[in-house]
Amino acid sequence: MTPFQYTRANDVADAIKQIATDPYAKFIAGGTNLIDLIKYDVEGPSRLIDISHLPLRSIEPTSAGGVLIGAMVPNADLAYHPVIEERYPMLARAILSGASQQLRNMASTGGNLLQRTRCFYFYDTATPCNKREPGSGCSAIDGVNRINAILGTSEACIATHPSDMCVALAALEAVVHVIGPAGARTIAIADFHRLPGNTPQRDTNLEPDEIITAIELPPKGFSANYSYLKIRDRLSYAFALVSVAAALELDGETIKEARLALGGVAHKPWRSTAAEAALLGQRADATAFAKAADWLLHGAKGYGHNNFKIGLARRAIMRTLDQAARGTPQSISDKKIR
Amino acid sequence: MTHPGTATPAARIAAVPEKIPVTLSVNHKPAKLVVAPWTTLLDALRDHLNLTGTKKGCDHGQCGACTVLVEGRRINSCLTLAAMQEGAEITTVEGLSRDGELHPLQQAFIDHDAFQCGYCTSGQICSAAGLIAEGKARTAAEIRELMSGNICRCGAYPNIIAAIQQAMERS
Repeated sequence: MTPFQYTRANDVADAIKQIATDPYAKFIAGGTNLIDLIKYDVEGPSRLIDISHLPLRSIEPTSAGGVLIGAMVPNADLAYHPVIEERYPMLARAILSGASQQLRNMASTGGNLLQRTRCFYFYDTATPCNKREPGSGCSAIDGVNRINAILGTSEACIATHPSDMCVALAALEAVVHVIGPAGARTIAIADFHRLPGNTPQRDTNLEPDEIITAIELPPKGFSANYSYLKIRDRLSYAFALVSVAAALELDGETIKEARLALGGVAHKPWRSTAAEAALLGQRADATAFAKAADWLLHGAKGYGHNNFKIGLARRAIMRTLDQAARGTPQSISDKKIR
Repeated sequence: MTHPGTATPAARIAAVPEKIPVTLSVNHKPAKLVVAPWTTLLDALRDHLNLTGTKKGCDHGQCGACTVLVEGRRINSCLTLAAMQEGAEITTVEGLSRDGELHPLQQAFIDHDAFQCGYCTSGQICSAAGLIAEGKARTAAEIRELMSGNICRCGAYPNIIAAIQQAMERS
């Protein structure tokens, strides 16, 4: 571990001021990912600026009819908030599908967006990794890539984004509120995370001197017809091989609106406008779900060990859409997939 | 802001960072420490306060052996810095008993033989105390799901679940 200094930010303005003075400083909030990465020498900040005590812990209604979630709200508090449970149950279940309760008690909402990949080679400093050390090569492409991406990959990187919460946020079309030296701005969740391209070292479009202050949920929560299905190697407390967030608005058996996002398969939560458009006006049945799955997985490519993810994702998409249509979302504790 | 790229660790800091004072409340007693900034809460408890009931298992947030309660909420003490917990009330396994009486969870773990080697036990018990306080688990399936952050390599899970159920009924 590289020695580092520790300072505390008094308010958001102070946090931005502090990070501007030191290009190697990093913010720390929940710390559940960053401290781990420091222990593995994957990250070596000169200083940690503690933002965990900033007053960004409220969950409030917006004038647009949505909800504004403070960046420091712990993941567990968000998942169990009565408004989230009632109006955005897909988000609550996605959060509760991730990590353990101890980690959800620590991890912040803003930090969840900034989790780094769990690719084995990113963590293993003895191996080349373009995300960790740009230009050094990708060990996963020809390596043990069972957990790696099948969509949106590049020759430089086939890492996946590990978050469950972000998959639901993508389907709900959340908006990320940030502040930097140039002022405040908002970033649509679809534009927040990046595909690896030639710059896999950059996970997001957040600038190093900006801070996430809040996540905004639009009014529509799809609380009647939704499901979040996570497929993993253990029944709990493991990262997704494939996860699906599906939300439908139905008029009888006809689909009026559809949202569909995949986790565990790409460098960001994976959505396709074509897949969602293919469901519009259709009867909510296996034929329509299969078409949507084909669109969503269009261009999917395996790298050997992860070829199975393509078929697994197709079946998971169809099952999750069926659960959503029936109004029987996947249970968090009953692991049987019905 | 431009990012100057990778530098050797030595080049990133002008001098070795100084130790910093931290005040915690551990098991209802004030604890004043002077620690290196990178000292985790786990290392502060074990190495500075000699409270070795909290175990270091993986040190990476994967096993749950280091679980303690901060302001009554269960967390992994290996993934937070002592400095980040300035002023917080920390409860470790040493702080659960009252007036010489075992905590109901400690008694339940004995009653149900809910351990073999015992290394995960203090984390299991602190985690279960947090679980009961949260009030989200009722069925065995819900307990299993919400205790999944605590690994028992001896595989004492059925007895751990039974012990937690007993303590829940009596709390």
